[in-house]
Amino acid sequence: MTSSPPRRSPAIAFTLAIVLLMIFCLAPVLWQLITSIKVNADIETIPNIYWPSRQTLSHYAELFVRRPFFNYLFNSGFVAIASTVLCLAIGTPAAYSLARQPIPGRSLILGLILIVTLFPYILLFLGLLELARAFGLGNNYLALIVPYTAINLPLTILVMRSFFQQLPRDLEDAAQMDGYSTGQMLLNILLPLTLPALVTTGILTFIFSWNEFLFAFTFMTEESLKTIPVATAQLSGASQFETPYGPLAAATVVGTIPLVMLVLFFQRKIVQGLTAGAVKG
Amino acid sequence: MAILKVDNLNKTYSPKSIPVKNVSLTVKDQEFLTLLGPSGCGKSTMLRMIAGLEMPTRGRIWVGDRDVTPLRPGDRNMAMVFQSYALYPHMNVRANISASLRLRKLPESDVNQRLRDVSAKLGLDSLLDRKPSQLSGGQRQRVALARALVRRPEVFLLDEPLSNLDALLREQVRAELKQIFERQSAPVVYVTHDQTEAMTLSTQVAVLYDGTVQQLAAPSEIYHRPANRFVAGFVGSPQMNLLTLMCEGNFACLGAYKIPLPEPIARSPQAIPQTIVLGIRPEDVAVVEPASDRAIAEGHCFLIENLGTAKLLSLSIPHGDRDRLTLRALVPHDLPLPSDQISLHLPSDRLHWFDSQTGDRLG
Repeated sequence: MTSSPPRRSPAIAFTLAIVLLMIFCLAPVLWQLITSIKVNADIETIPNIYWPSRQTLSHYAELFVRRPFFNYLFNSGFVAIASTVLCLAIGTPAAYSLARQPIPGRSLILGLILIVTLFPYILLFLGLLELARAFGLGNNYLALIVPYTAINLPLTILVMRSFFQQLPRDLEDAAQMDGYSTGQMLLNILLPLTLPALVTTGILTFIFSWNEFLFAFTFMTEESLKTIPVATAQLSGASQFETPYGPLAAATVVGTIPLVMLVLFFQRKIVQGLTAGAVKG
Repeated sequence: MAILKVDNLNKTYSPKSIPVKNVSLTVKDQEFLTLLGPSGCGKSTMLRMIAGLEMPTRGRIWVGDRDVTPLRPGDRNMAMVFQSYALYPHMNVRANISASLRLRKLPESDVNQRLRDVSAKLGLDSLLDRKPSQLSGGQRQRVALARALVRRPEVFLLDEPLSNLDALLREQVRAELKQIFERQSAPVVYVTHDQTEAMTLSTQVAVLYDGTVQQLAAPSEIYHRPANRFVAGFVGSPQMNLLTLMCEGNFACLGAYKIPLPEPIARSPQAIPQTIVLGIRPEDVAVVEPASDRAIAEGHCFLIENLGTAKLLSLSIPHGDRDRLTLRALVPHDLPLPSDQISLHLPSDRLHWFDSQTGDRLG
């Protein structure tokens, strides 16, 4: 018999590990958050002031009063939501067909889709630029919505397909016996069951579209059509020798908060969906 | 009045994989046909083709005088119960049962009337607002049944509906099923690998093996006059004894004893084969006094299995010079067995003879 080890120490070590990990992951975000509420003098002081004694919301005020950040938020939101909805609306039926219906050359199609997901999207840039010019899509929401949808479609299709494959086949057979057409079945029976997968892939598409910089920077030159990442990058100070750290940090926070809220909100949905589904015989 | 007719149905995936080989069946009103067979015999494929979930390679399916072969499953006026129940998990029981009626645009009052009828019949009244995940296995089974019954279809199809239930519940639900389907007239096709279900529920049983119908007859006929060796071995538990014996003149040799061959073979001496298969069910084998003149066989008992109401004896019977045959006998549980050496009587009217080459029934 060995004496039982002290029970406290593993728990303490575990908590410590979590705290360290969280500091490591969240430090940049925290730094931005703190910077965004410091007054300018505190930002530029050396040595650094980690915890400011004077707080201010002036940087946020500057974003929304002196600059049209509501407008930028709207642009980002609109483009991201439209891309996500389109992506799911096109990807889900495609995924179902690839999962269940006898399509000639199915493995070839799946192989091509997989290759597209592996393709670095930056390489599409020049081609897309030509296309946008040819179709006259510069400074048009479509110039962003179409490529965002296209870039995220392959992953959506692959994820949704594997989810459809996990659903019991009897369910679809039963729906057919009951008289559902394929479209009705997809909408009324399968979609409610695939909600968790829809939310997951939807969030991925949304985050990509919200954060995307290069296309947004190139295709949208008009001030009123810019998205948050571009607008943030283009914040400038009074002179070219001054970097507006405060507004930059505030803009970063403003651009991140909607994403965080979105994920938190839908994460609850995902969990609910998973527990309520209970696809079991 | 509906008649389900399956005409020369064939499903071919590839030249080597033909799960259903030109099967024809007819199921009339009031009839309960069971497709019985081991897994992989093509019974589920048959049912799925009748339902329209799979297209046959050849052959036609008729309901009355209507050819339903090209129709979609939802347009065939058939209802199906699945092994996994296949209830829609996100809908409550009420919505599950009435989905098919709403899709067919039945007036709301009719839908409610039918829903009330069927839920009263199956005792689902208190469960109507629950989700399938909140139901027990037996309750889900009843909802699946209600979903089929509520449609009042021309044909009922059931695909192993009891296999997911535990043994005790299965017996209860089996009895319920029998009552429910006796009270209605539409033809029923039932798929199972469980012979007890086939025997107790059906008016007709089709034993399937390797994509063909081995025997199509009433349950008692299947049991008492199996058409071939496969049916004899598949139906009945404990399994029928099937012994391959040498023929000598008009007799088959079982060890030192000789058993007269059945009439039609015995009458034409040139037709007597070299070997023949003798079948007898364990419950038909009788234990007799040693050296009794009724004894037809004698063997050494090497295993006794107590089944509660009866004992299952496994006997080893000397056969030829080196061979031994194994024969199983079902005897009353209180039968005294003074020694390992046991004499047996095989009543001649309980013997089944099969051709050792083709497996077909002789006589």
